[in-house]
This record gives sequence, structure tokens and C-alpha cells, in this order.
Amino acid sequence: AFPKRVKVVEVGPRDGLQNEKTVVPTPVKINLINMLSETGLQVIEATSFVSPKWVPQMADHTEVMQGINKLPGISYPVLTPNLKGFQAAVAAGAKEVSIFGAASELFTKKNINCSIEESLERFDEVMTAARAASIPVRGYVSCVLGCPYEGKISAAKVAEVSKKMYSMGCYEISLGDTIGIGTPGSMKEMLTAVMKEVPVGALAVHCHDTYGQALANILVALQMGVSVVDASVAGLGGCPYAQGASGNVATEDLVYMLNGLGIHSGVDLQKLMDTGTFICNALNRRTNSKVSQASCRL
Amino acid sequence: MADHKEVMRGIERHPGVQYPVLTPNLQGFHSAIAAGATEVSVFGAASESFSKMNINCSIEESIEKFEEVAKSARNMNIPVRGYVSCALGCPYEGNIIPAKVAEVSKRLYSMGCYEISLGDTIGVGTPGSMKRMLEAVMKEIPLSALAVHCHDTYGQALANILTAIQMGVAVVDSSVAGLGGCPYAKGATGNVATEDVIYMLNGLGVNTGVNLYTVMEAGNFICTALNKKTNSKVAQASFNTGTIN
Repeated sequence: AFPKRVKVVEVGPRDGLQNEKTVVPTPVKINLINMLSETGLQVIEATSFVSPKWVPQMADHTEVMQGINKLPGISYPVLTPNLKGFQAAVAAGAKEVSIFGAASELFTKKNINCSIEESLERFDEVMTAARAASIPVRGYVSCVLGCPYEGKISAAKVAEVSKKMYSMGCYEISLGDTIGIGTPGSMKEMLTAVMKEVPVGALAVHCHDTYGQALANILVALQMGVSVVDASVAGLGGCPYAQGASGNVATEDLVYMLNGLGIHSGVDLQKLMDTGTFICNALNRRTNSKVSQASCRL
Repeated sequence: MADHKEVMRGIERHPGVQYPVLTPNLQGFHSAIAAGATEVSVFGAASESFSKMNINCSIEESIEKFEEVAKSARNMNIPVRGYVSCALGCPYEGNIIPAKVAEVSKRLYSMGCYEISLGDTIGVGTPGSMKRMLEAVMKEIPLSALAVHCHDTYGQALANILTAIQMGVAVVDSSVAGLGGCPYAKGATGNVATEDVIYMLNGLGVNTGVNLYTVMEAGNFICTALNKKTNSKVAQASFNTGTIN
């Protein structure tokens, strides 16, 4: 049986834009988030407090955080890779943060130049500070269905890292199929293992559509009781590991499926599509959302 | 499709592989047989408006035409596959009730079609409507005689196919490289890509006997020939990471 309600976590302004080649001006980012705030979405990942040296696209994190309209009832989490980022985030007005772990040692090494264990130690500092400031922390686990370097990832490893992050105090664990390589088969296997360690109510799936499997994978997750799904408006964000391939699943396509399943998301599909149109025009690119493509009669 | 005879006569027919052809009426059927076809397909619809706009006759009239084909086919031991269009929605009528799909499917099955391919012609279906439609059809047609033909116009195809498989459907239509746009939504996609379906089935441990790499090569060939980008995400991802030569 499917959940009656699903919380859609919109990652377009962060995960989406971070993986777009075109650097987006601050006013455009702010307008994007403001438009998303009108669609019924309850969670909009706004930006990342990571060093501009690493992610130039997110260099304007403070201006974005301070410039957006923060509507009541909507959460605007931001990425904080370390204590310094966390402090800057809070100073800029952030009320919720996210930390990123991975189920792959090699991916962690290549991405943040340390081991999984070391990365969790860094996060511990953030967790302590967050707890003191009453700031909720969401934990991401990357490479849950496969790694661009290691290949196959064991479900047990994903469960282990998820459990650690949940025990550290993350209120929710978002399981990311970082390279979109998963299928309903591997999704089921992975979730079965993770659900032994983390309650399903604290789980989210973050599926990439690089191999076209995202909605099928999400469907399986929903069937298993997962009720939080990450997506990116217009499917913003390519895949850094497969040139020209797509990345994030499009929020419009997810909402279309949820609507068809009679699952309540609270999201107005038309307003969402309008937001997608806006950001695609600003980026001078075609949408990755099939619903948007089909609905546009131009 | 004007070169149907040359194609039929020109291809290499591998043993154990079927090469069905569409035959809208008796005349087409006779031509097909003359050109060497050993299996044919007929196309019905679950929507009166669609039937009228597409082949200029009612569903009932189209069924009568197909019955002529089915009769001749039976006499010649030629298997006939029946397609039902608009199974999850119609570009003209909008919502299509599952009972109608079941009714048309039953007519085609009763006249001798060995398999009924249920087509989400404009790709509007979702796992919700797929389930309801299949539940209705499965009351009239044995599961083993059912196939799904999903369009990916709204990105729902694989999720819909997964739903059908979970309900026991074991025949799936797809198009290499996702060839074929949607005539009802300019610029939108149509058929689901075979590569993407195979990728999912492989991941589910479901045996298809199909070699994904060989299909990707075929997809690469036809896209090059058509000077277009593939609609298959698997192909896009694979060719760009250089994992396929």
C-alpha cells in the first residue's frame, strides 16, 4: 500500500544549480526559490555553505539566504560540509542544515579527501553545534545504489552509514542514487537493509534519472513505505560522472506520478511547471521534465 | 512505410524471431502475406473519437474489418496480435474507463488475436491508472495473453511497466532508442526506449534474452542515420562515459 501523503523535498536551487554549467546570477536564484515557495512545496533546499573555491555556483550563499522570502511553514535547509559552513549558515539565517555522507570510501576520498569515518567525525562537530542551537540536521548518503569509482555498493554498507548518521542525530536520512544506476531490484534490496536500522518514517530517497530509472525506483520506495522524495524542478542538474547525461529526477514528473497514484503532495503542478519554465529560460536550456515538454504546445 | 514490400523481402529472417506487420484491413493483409509476412497485427482503440479521427470509423466498424482479417489469418494459420490504443487516456476524449478497454480487448481476443497489446497512446497513464485498467482487463483476458505498450510522453513509462510486471504481465513493447515522437504533443517523446526497459529488467533479475549492448549499437546506428539524439537515457549515459565502444 502506498503512503497517503508524500513530502517532496525540492533540491533544484542547490543540487540542481550546483550541477549546471551556467553560473546563475543571485537575483535569478532568489526568484527561483521565491517561485518555488508559491507551489505548495514544504521543503526547498536553498543553497550550500561550501567554499566558493570548490563550488563557485554557490558562492552567493549568504545573499541568497538573506534575499529570499521565507514563507511560514516552509523549510529552507542549506548544505553545511563542516563547522565553519554551519556557523556561516546560521549567521545568514539558516534554520535547518544538511550534511553529506557516502556509502563508498573511494567516493568520499575523491570528493572530500578523507575516509567515511573521518567525514563522520567532521559532521559530529556540526551535529553538536546544531543540537546546541536547536537546528535540525538532515543527513544525505551518496552512492547508495552504486559508485562511479567502486561500482557495486553493498546494501549493508549503506545501512551502516545511515545508522551512524541517524544515531548522530540526523532527523532524516536521504538515500541518494548518485549516478542513477539503480533499478527497482537494487532499490528494494538496499531499502530492506536500511529499514532494519533506520525507521522508514525517517527515510527519504534521492534518485537520479541518469539511466531513466528514477520514477520506477521511487515507485518501489513508495511501495515499501518511504514517504519523502527528493526531486529537482525541471530536472535541473546534470551528472558530473557522465557527460551530457541527466541527473536529478524532475519534480514535475514526480508530482505527476504522485497525482496519478492519488498520493497527496500539496504541490500545484502548473505553478511548478511555470517555475521550471522560468529557470530554463534563465539558464537558456531545455527542461529535463517530460511532463513539461509534453504540456508545452509551442 | 511505403516500402513495406521491399523491407519485408529484404530483411534477413533469423529462425525463432518473429517479424509481425501491421495490416489495417483485408487488402493490407493479402499484400502482407504475398510479401512473405508470417504474423500480422490489427489496431483497435478504446476510444470512439480516436477511432473516428484515426481510421474514420467507429470501434464497432473497425472490429468488423479486423474480423475479416482474423478470419483469413485463421484459415492460413497466421497469428494475429491485437493492439488497443488509448488504454489509459485519449487525446480527444480525455479519460477512458477501464471497462471500455476490457470490452474492446475481449472483442479482439475473441476473434482470435493471440495477444492483446494495451497501449498508453499519449503516455498520460500513471501506475494508478495502469493498475485499474489491468484489473479490469484481466477479468476478461488471461494474463499470459496481455502486453503493455507504454509511451514515455510524461516520463511515466518505466513506472507503468513496473506496475504491469508486478501484476504478472510478461510481454512489454518498446522502441530502440525510444524512436517515435508523439503526434499529439509536438516535441514530446513517444515510445519508451528498449534500452531503458532492458536495463530495468536486468536490474530486476528478469530474463529477456536480449543483449543490451547489441540493442545500444542498433540504437546508435539508427540515431546516426536519422541524425538525431537518442531518447534512451541508458544510451546517453553509456556513450558519454565511454563505457561502450
